[in-house]
Formats: sequence, structure tokens, C-alpha cells
Amino acid sequence: MVPRTVAPNSFAGRLDDPAANAGYEAPPPRKGFFTDTSVCIGCKACEVACKEWNMVPEDGIDLLGMSYDNTGGLGADSWRAVAFIEQSRPIGRGTPAFDGTTTGGSSDALQQDVVAAGIDVFEEASRLGTALPGGTPIADAAAAATGASGGCGCGSGGGGCGSAPAAAAATTTTAAPASEQFLGMPGMLAPAPLPDREGRQDVRWLMMSNVCKHCTHAACLDVCPTGALFRTEFGTVVVQQDVCNGCGYCVSACPYGVIDKREGDGRAWKCTLCYDRLGNDETPACAKACPTESIQYGDLDELRERAEARRQQLHDVGVTEARLYGEDPDDGVGGDGAFFLLLDEPEVYGLPPDPVVTTRDLPSMYKHMAVAAGAMVLGALVSGLGRRS
Amino acid sequence: MPGLGASFGRGGATSDLQDLGNADVIVIQGSNMAECHPVGFQWVMEAKARGTKVIHIDPRFTRTSALADTYVPIRTGTDIVLLGAIINRVLTQERDFREYVLAYTNASWLVSEDFQGTEDLDGLFSGFDSETRSYDTKSWQYAGAEHHGDEQEETADSQESESGHSLGAGGAAVDHESIQRDDTLQDPRTVWQVMKRHFARYTPEMVQEVCGIPTDLFDEIAEAWISNSGREKTGVLVYSVGWTQRGTGVQYIRAGAILQLLLGNMGRPGGGVMALRGHASIQGSTDIPTLYNLLPGYLQMPHAERHRSLAEYIDSIKGANQKGFWGNADAYTISLLKAYFGDAATAENDYLFDAMPKINGDHGTYGQVMDMIEGGKIFGYFLLGQNPAVGSANGRAQRLGMANLDWMVVRDLVMIESATFWKDAPEVETGEIVPEECRTEVFFLPAASHVEKEGTFTQTQRLLQWREKAVEAPGDCTSELWFFYHLGRRMREKLAGSTDPRDRLLLDVAWDYPVHGEKQEPSSEDVLREINGYDRSTGDLLPGYTALKADGSTSSGCWIYSGVYADDVNQAARRKPGREQSLHAHEWGWAWPMNRRVLYNRASADPDGKPWSERKALVWWDEAQGRWVGDDIPDFEATKAPSYRPPKGATGVEAIAGDDPFIMQSDGKGWLYAPKGVVDGPLPAHYEPAESPFRNTVYTQQQNPARELYTNHLNEVHPSPPERGSDVFPFVWVTSRLTEHHTAGGMSRYLPYLAELQPALFMEVSPELAAQQGLEHLGWAHVITARAVVEARVMVTDRLAPLRIQDRVVHQIWMPYHWGGGGGLTTGDVVNDLAHLTLDPNVHIQEFKAGTCDVQPGRRPRGGEVLDLIDAYRVRGAVTMSSGAVAVTAELLDPQGKSRVEQAMAGATGTGTGHSAAEMEKVLSVRHDVRSRPGQPQQNGVDPAVLDAHPDTSLEGN
Repeated sequence: MVPRTVAPNSFAGRLDDPAANAGYEAPPPRKGFFTDTSVCIGCKACEVACKEWNMVPEDGIDLLGMSYDNTGGLGADSWRAVAFIEQSRPIGRGTPAFDGTTTGGSSDALQQDVVAAGIDVFEEASRLGTALPGGTPIADAAAAATGASGGCGCGSGGGGCGSAPAAAAATTTTAAPASEQFLGMPGMLAPAPLPDREGRQDVRWLMMSNVCKHCTHAACLDVCPTGALFRTEFGTVVVQQDVCNGCGYCVSACPYGVIDKREGDGRAWKCTLCYDRLGNDETPACAKACPTESIQYGDLDELRERAEARRQQLHDVGVTEARLYGEDPDDGVGGDGAFFLLLDEPEVYGLPPDPVVTTRDLPSMYKHMAVAAGAMVLGALVSGLGRRS
Repeated sequence: MPGLGASFGRGGATSDLQDLGNADVIVIQGSNMAECHPVGFQWVMEAKARGTKVIHIDPRFTRTSALADTYVPIRTGTDIVLLGAIINRVLTQERDFREYVLAYTNASWLVSEDFQGTEDLDGLFSGFDSETRSYDTKSWQYAGAEHHGDEQEETADSQESESGHSLGAGGAAVDHESIQRDDTLQDPRTVWQVMKRHFARYTPEMVQEVCGIPTDLFDEIAEAWISNSGREKTGVLVYSVGWTQRGTGVQYIRAGAILQLLLGNMGRPGGGVMALRGHASIQGSTDIPTLYNLLPGYLQMPHAERHRSLAEYIDSIKGANQKGFWGNADAYTISLLKAYFGDAATAENDYLFDAMPKINGDHGTYGQVMDMIEGGKIFGYFLLGQNPAVGSANGRAQRLGMANLDWMVVRDLVMIESATFWKDAPEVETGEIVPEECRTEVFFLPAASHVEKEGTFTQTQRLLQWREKAVEAPGDCTSELWFFYHLGRRMREKLAGSTDPRDRLLLDVAWDYPVHGEKQEPSSEDVLREINGYDRSTGDLLPGYTALKADGSTSSGCWIYSGVYADDVNQAARRKPGREQSLHAHEWGWAWPMNRRVLYNRASADPDGKPWSERKALVWWDEAQGRWVGDDIPDFEATKAPSYRPPKGATGVEAIAGDDPFIMQSDGKGWLYAPKGVVDGPLPAHYEPAESPFRNTVYTQQQNPARELYTNHLNEVHPSPPERGSDVFPFVWVTSRLTEHHTAGGMSRYLPYLAELQPALFMEVSPELAAQQGLEHLGWAHVITARAVVEARVMVTDRLAPLRIQDRVVHQIWMPYHWGGGGGLTTGDVVNDLAHLTLDPNVHIQEFKAGTCDVQPGRRPRGGEVLDLIDAYRVRGAVTMSSGAVAVTAELLDPQGKSRVEQAMAGATGTGTGHSAAEMEKVLSVRHDVRSRPGQPQQNGVDPAVLDAHPDTSLEGN
């Protein structure tokens, strides 16, 4: 028997094979999703297929008013969630939608919903990044930011303030009232009523099927005290429901706000990348159901190549706003197992611009703790000695 | 289907979905393909990835627009103006694919000297009779063939008998030998010159004025379409119910077909007209029809007066001196009768043609609803796989009709609104239906779902796909096959020994299907074999429809499906993966006819049989092998050489020349001009929708003169200009579907995973309209028409834009129609209640895609106050049973010379006030008098005088 070599636990930095790092011998190639939002038609087949296969319960029958998104982001009961973002921008290389219509003036190219809300998402997002000083919980910062910018802007948005979606899309479940949160997620408020603006020139409708990122460095897994969260041989991250005790540490640890506790159940739930299907050499349910191959499943290495080729192809035809998100093994989470091609800044889709694994500083913290503990022990000894003497 | 049928010969999508990937331009118009056909849309994305330009033309920016390269907003109901202007550009700039046009279309045919077009008659074609609202088509015929026109009686009748529908699998009859032609296209009577005159007034400026499309955007569409067509390139046109659900829908399709023929895009890879069907087997339900006027395979339903014998019936289909495969109509018909009656059908008894049921008038869905309301004609109703209380236009009429029946059988998966209308219809709230008194007895029978039974779906590209039964149906749920087989069996047992002639049909019908299992389920495969057909002497399954005989030695339940069980193999069940075969995947399922995937593909080669270009090669003539070869199964006789010319006097298949690619057409050509087969004009002309806030600026004629109206107090149409009152309903409403729900909601509103994705009825409005009417995002608003008031949540979005038309801004409102108040996890008002029943004269389809309305903030009134609100609008808007009902607008404008108009102008003092108090009383009394009270047959006593209650003084002042 070959002796097993276990690398030291890795919390951050580049890591090419998390499964091997977790102790698997000769694991299969790492699996993942590449979600190409440039071909997503927003049909939500992924959401339905996911729920059917994984028996995820219904997530509330509420009209959210966030364009066609009535899921309101990822949560314990929504493991795939399609975001719909209506913008006043041109469609890729296409002709501006309402350009030259006789009623159209031109409106500000900024997102009108955001304009309506009186908030600059980019500024907000940069303030709300994970690198916040002092390690303030994100939601607290969000609540503070919201207060500063005068609520979520529902009044000027012409009606509802999309409170439920904000809650579901929030990066954490916290005590802060959902309706007061603003997390840089451009929920679909109604466009500003006239005469704030003069018609439209362009309309672009972005759609993106969001999902758990299956991080290379998964903070949820790192903080799980029961071992319910584990790294599979495919490099994915899965919760074992029979082990989870509902402590919720993972919820606040996730830099993307994905994992979530189920109401009335208490345990944490999220995408398993259809672990039970993978073991059977089958494609995950969402990718299988996607009619336009917006969701592609496969070996992560190959997906990264395919994604880069697609990005290049789009740039070649003038869609220069196309960019990859989560594909970089050198980013703050060591790269995502589920990554995306986006057509705008990540914040627009409700994604953090520069996610960092929240346990990145754990080793140095432990180191400092050890030093501190050592100092304490030393101090106690010294004082004991002193007393003696 | 007559739009495609009259143009090309068959009423089906002309290619398969994967062929979209071969296109150089994809024009999607009248279709929200990404939302309503998401699986097929993958091929649009495939094409886009290869650099194909995708254009979406729609009143609303949808998920399809989001993925298109160019989105073009258009005022609903004006598509013919846009297409007409592109046609005009092709004709005047001679941008057509001339060799194709000369060889494969009727461009050079001469039209009768008697023909007069819309240029001569200001919006009408020659032969119109305003009394019968129909055309005598004699003058539309080719020169020298005038006697072949439909008698006026017949077209008037066809409005009732839907004979237009029978063009689903073949064009209309024309004597091909008498045709005169001028290949120089200079003769003023050539189809080419007739078209040139007809479309001359369709200009980019008119597009801007009528459609609201700026001229530079028009240029972009026209140039993209034209420059991506021709010898080296092809473009495809995609439409669906955004075109068909209209009072002039067939003519929209005709306009698209004309353009595609001119550009040489038919029968070629990446070309064609993709008619997308909305559900799993909509194509199937016209192939083997659920329509009253058709038999399987687009054979027309026998008519009691016109088809007194089998010979008369067959002659009416074959016509005289006609080319093409309809020449074998006798073989198709007799084989069908053999399938129906088996050994009982013999040559001696005319194959029991007499026993077949016949039609003698309008038995269409909406005609029946009117009969139900009237009472005394229809007593029972079977309802399978539909929920008309929600899905039908003017649902109120539908429900009040159902409340006037003796009994009703509803078979469905869930307790739909059509089964529970007697206790929870909106009319219960208004007091029009009293549950305790409703006399309709409803029998609800639970149905097996598609995964609980086996059989075929025929989808949008005419492809039959077999599905297996995945699980047993629970409890008492049974399949349709089970239900009809056992219903028939029991009825036959009860009638056994009867000598009553009217029972002969049931007693003679061959009803011997083997059954299996605990529930005694008949074998679906056995049914499919019967559809395929047998050689009755050997018992062998037939290889295809060309093997059918007219001597009673073969049987086939649907001639166009013959071949689906060839070689005793269920061809529809083949599932060889696409990656293991060529693009057209001939071993996946089976497509009619004869597994051909691209129809008219003979046209992919030039008259000599060579591909027009290497890039666009599909099927070509191989001289060495002496047959047609290529990547698809030739839609042509395999060994008929391009040089073949029929002998004089030939008819039927023998008369098809080697360069006649449209083999179902009576002259073998694609029809730019349709002398027959379309009852409201040989060429498409723009009319405003039946309800429009705008005056038609193209012609004096306002609406389609041949549109079909149902005059009933429940079905009043708003006035359109020049009639007064239209400004009370200033907005335009459109309804359609969402990806997340299925039609009337029976299969989606009850499912949590779907209901949560679109959890409430909403209306999409532009920010401008919201500001104007005080509507708040996510707040409530209600839409008002003379038929109903519907409330919904408001979705304010930039995806809807007001358009400037004729110096006025028009707002369009969109609502999905999936909701009803009966059951499910999400309920809401029935949007289709807003609609009126004004139908296309060819296919009797309702106009869902353009109506006028008002919209107000807040929730709608409750109870009887709903009717009060409607009445208030009726009074203000001068809505009566005769508003919007005049056939010829010129007569309305000037019935007895100028004086009448002056009189009208003098009497008018404001909106809708042309009515005198006494007249208004009459208008109001109609509704109140005849409000449905189940138990007492209502409506019978409508005073004909109310038809005259619409005063002449309601003309617009200008």
C-alpha cells in the first residue's frame, strides 16, 4: 500500500487540485460549471430541473417586481437562480433597440433603476467588498451603507422596493431587516418615472443563472465544525444533511452569500453540483436541461479553455464587455469550480467584484492566537515565578 | 395554414429547426421564440455563434429581443406594411433572385383582365359583395382560367366551412394547361407587374408612419434580409401565433411567403418559413385534425350539399387538369374509408361515404359558442386537453355558453376553470351565473398525463416522435385512447342490432383494437400501424403514401403519415443521436412527408438539377445514377429527371415537370399571387386590426372587409376611426405567453416549481404610460374593454416603448393570459375575457394580438359594479352590436353621398355622444335584458332593432 501523502491544509492561494489536497488518491479530473450568460435566454429550466432532481421545496409564490426574477437570488430553497437585469445599454454588437424611435430621446446610459434609487452600485460595491477593514460583517456594512444613502430608494422607484429579493439575494442572512439592506445588487426597481428622464435609447436585458461557486478554497467547508460540509472527489463542495447541525457558521463564511439555512429545518442547504448524478457519470440536472448550453458542465480545465475561447470570440465580433468571472485560480478564493462569462461588471449581477475566502487569515490568526496563548502562559508562569520569588 | 398552403402547397413549417443554423439571416417576426419555443431557440443561438444576423421584430422587447442582434419595435397589427415595403424594394430595385423567380414561381403567369386590385378599388379586390362580406374570386384567376374561380357562394361558404384549412397539405386547384406566361415580365397582366402596382404604395415613409419604425432601421432590416439571400446566401423567416392570431393573419403569412419566394429562399438550406407551433402536438392536431372541417391528411370534411357522392367529393379535391399529388386524392380518400370501416367499405357501397358525417355550415369553436348561448342547438360538450374558460377569446361568452348546456364532460389533469365555472366563474360574482340554478351537469374524468401514456407528438417541424409510458397513471386516470375506445365500444354494444340508418356509422366502423393490462388499454402502436396503413390483401405495412391505391386494396388512417411504420418498424421511435448522423438526423423520429426534412428541396438545385451554389447545396440530380441525391430525402420523385416535360393532357403526378419543385401545387410553382385558396385577397393588403385607435392610412378601407364577425351582445367590438368613440379606448393591448406557464395554466399554475417562477398576473407598461395613467410599479391596475374588466399587478419597464404614429403617441400594454380564478397555486383574472371575436375568414382564428382598451390605476370594481363600469364605457365609447361591424368603410363614410357624412358631423358634439338618450337606453337595455340566468335560456329575445341602435351620427368629425 502506497503511503498517503496529505498536503498541509490550504486556506488560500493557488491550488490546482483541491480534491487531492483534501486527501483523495488519484481523484478524477475536477468538475465544474461554465455558465455563459451571453446565450442565456432566461427560461429558468435550470431552476426547475434542479428542484425536481434534488427535491428542493418551493421558495415562495411572490411577485418580486425585479424584472422576470421571482426567485430573488440563491438560497436554501433555490440552488439555481436566474437574475434578470434590464439596462439602458446597447445589446452587444447589435443595433440600439429604440434608437431613432420617434418617441425616444436618449437617456443616461447608467442603469435607470439604480439611478432611480439614487445609488451608485459600483461605489457601494467597492465599499462592501470582502476586504472591509476590521472584518465587519458584510450585512452590517450594508445596513450602514443603506442608511447613509437613504433607504433602498423604493420611493423614487415608483412603487415596491423589492424587499424580499434583496433578502434572498443578500450575501448573508442576518438580523438586519431585509427591506433596509442594499448590497450592491441591482434589483429591478421600476425605471424612474418621468420627467426624471426622457425616454429610452437602448435596452439590454441581461440574464444569468447563478449557482454555488464550489470554490477552490471554500470558507463554508473550512468553518464547518461538524464535517457536514466536505470536498468531494470531483473537487466540489457538498453538505451532508445527516451530519449538519444547523450552526450556520457556513452561512456567514460564504463570500458569495450562497449557502443558506432552510426555514423550519434549520440545516444548511446548497447546490451539490448533483453529486449523486456525477457519481453515476451523468450531467447535473441544470446543465442537462439548459436548451442553449448556457450552462456547460465538464472537466474544469477544459471548461476554462472553452470559456476563454468564447470570450475571445465575443471580443472578435465587438462584444468587448464580455469577461470571465471566477475562472482565475489566483483570485481570492483560488478560482471557482463554477464560473461565468458576464456581459457587465459582476456587481450588476449581484456578484462580489473581488471575493476573498473569509478564512484566508485563519492560519495567521491561529499563529497570532498561539503567540498570544504562549504569551499568556508565559505571563502566568512569570507571575507564578514572581510570586514564588 | 392556408397562408403557407396556398403559397407552397403544404401548411407545415418548411424545414427543420436545425436548419436554422445554416441561415445567413434569421428574421423572427410575430414570434417570441426564445420564450415560447426555448428548446428550438438553441438553433438560433447556434446560428448566431456562426455569425448569422438575428433580427427580432415585435411590439415588445422580449427575451427573444434580448438575444437578437437587432430589435425592431413595431405597432402591433402593421406587419404587412413592413413586409410590403421590403417586397416593394425587391420589386422596384429588381433585387430578386431572378432565375429562381422565373423558374419556380408564378411571377410570369398572366392574370385575368377582369382582375382589379386595391389600387383600383381603394383597399378592396374585385368581386367583393358587402352583403355576404365575401369575394367572388372569378376575376382573380389566371388569364384564360376565369371559369375556375370560386363562386361567390362557395367563398362565402368557405368562411363557414373553413375550406381554407384544407390547404394544409396542398395548394388550391388550377388548370395548369391553360396558363399563359410572359417570361420578360413586361406584360402588365403578369403576376410580377400586378404585384409591382399593388405594393407600390408600401414605402419606408409609410412604414414609419404606420408601424412606427424609423426609416434607417427599416433600411437595416431590408438590406440585411435582401443581401443575405440569393445564390450564395439564404435567410429564414420565423413566425408563430403573433401572426396567426389575427383577423388578417393568413395574409401576414402570405406576405412573408411572397418575400421568401422572391428572394429565392424556399426549399434551400438555411431558408424557408418556420411556422412554430405552440405546443407538443399542435402540428399533429391539424395533420390528424381536431378541427370540424378536416379529415386526416388535410382532406376536407364532406359537405352535405356539395359532396353527395364519393365521386363528387374526390372531384372537388382533384380539380380538372390539375398537376401534383392531389391527383391521387381518390387513393387517399378510399384508403381512409377502408381504415375507418374495414371490410364493410366496398366499391359497391361507395366505401360507406354516405355513412360519414357531413358538415353544412359553421361548426367552428366560436360559432358553437354562439349557438350554445342562443340555446336549443347544442346540449352536450366534450372538453379534452383544453381550458376554454381561460384560453378562449371572450371567455365570458364561452362560460355563459357552457352554462347553457345540459351536460359536459371534462377530461383533464386538474380541476380546471372550465370544469368549475358553474361555481367560481367571474359571472358568479356578477350574478350572471347562479350556481344553485346552473343547469349544466359537469362530469369530470381524470386524465393520464403525457408521461402516463404512450404515443406520438408531431412537433413544429412535422416530426413525429414516439414517447414511452414512464409510469402507470394513478387511480382512475386514463388515456384519451382508452376513453374513446371504450366509449365507442360501449356505444356500439348499446346500439347492437339497431337498423336505424343513422346508427350505421357506429356499427360499421372498424373498432377492433387489441387491449392489454388491467385497465384494458388499447395498443398505441397498433393505432400507429393503422395510420401508416396496410396492404389489405397481404397484411403488410405500406412503405409510404405513393403505395396507396384507389381500389380498396389498401388502407391508411392518414395518408401523409404513411411510412411512419414502414418495414414494420416504428420509425417515430428511432432515437439515433444527432452527433452520430448528419445535420438533418433522418434516423431521429420520422417527419411527414416520407421523412423529408426540408420541403420543396428540389428548389435547392437550379432548373437543370445543379446546386445553385456549393455553399447552399442540399439536393441535386446525379446524372450517372439517374436520381436525385444529397443531404436530405428529395421532396420530389427520386428518378424524375430535371429535363422531364409532361406529355400533353397529363394530369396529377405525371403532369409535374422536372423543374416543378412545388409538387403539391396545381401548377407546380410557388405562388406569389394566389388566385385561389385565400378568401380575403390574392395579395396581402394592410388593414387596421378590427379594433384600432388609428385610421388606416394605406387605403380608405379600414378593416379587413372579409373578416368574420359574430354579432352578439356579449361580443361588441369597439369602434375604430372613422367611427366615433375610439378615443374612449385609446390604448392597445396584446396578450401572449410566458416561458414559465403553459397556456390556460392547467399544467403550470398548479405546480409549485412553475407557479413560483411567475407568481402573479401582471401587465407590462412603459414608464411613460405609467406616468400618464398614474400606475405604480407592483401596484394594481385594471384594463377595460366592452367585454370585460381585468385587473393585474403593474410591471413598469423600458422594454415597452410608446410609438409615434400619425403624429400621435400610442401606448401598447402587454399581459400574459395564463391566469384564471378557479384553482391552482396562483390565480388571477382571465385576460382573454378582454378579447372580442372577430375572426380571420380563412381559418376562423381570433384576434388576440391587437385590441383597444383603457387602463386605470387600482383594483377593479367587484360584483355587479363590473358590469356597470363596462356599461359606462359602452355609453361613452358608443359601443353597440353594430359598432365596428361595417364591411366596406367607404359605405360608412358616404352611404348616400356626402350628405350623410355632413349629417354625421353636424350631429356629433363630442366623444360618443352621437347617441340620443332613447338610443342609449336601447343600448344599455340590451345587456341588462339578456344577462344570463341559467335555467332560463337567455338571449333568445334580442330585439333586432338593437342592431340599428348604433346611430349614423357616430362618425368621427374629421
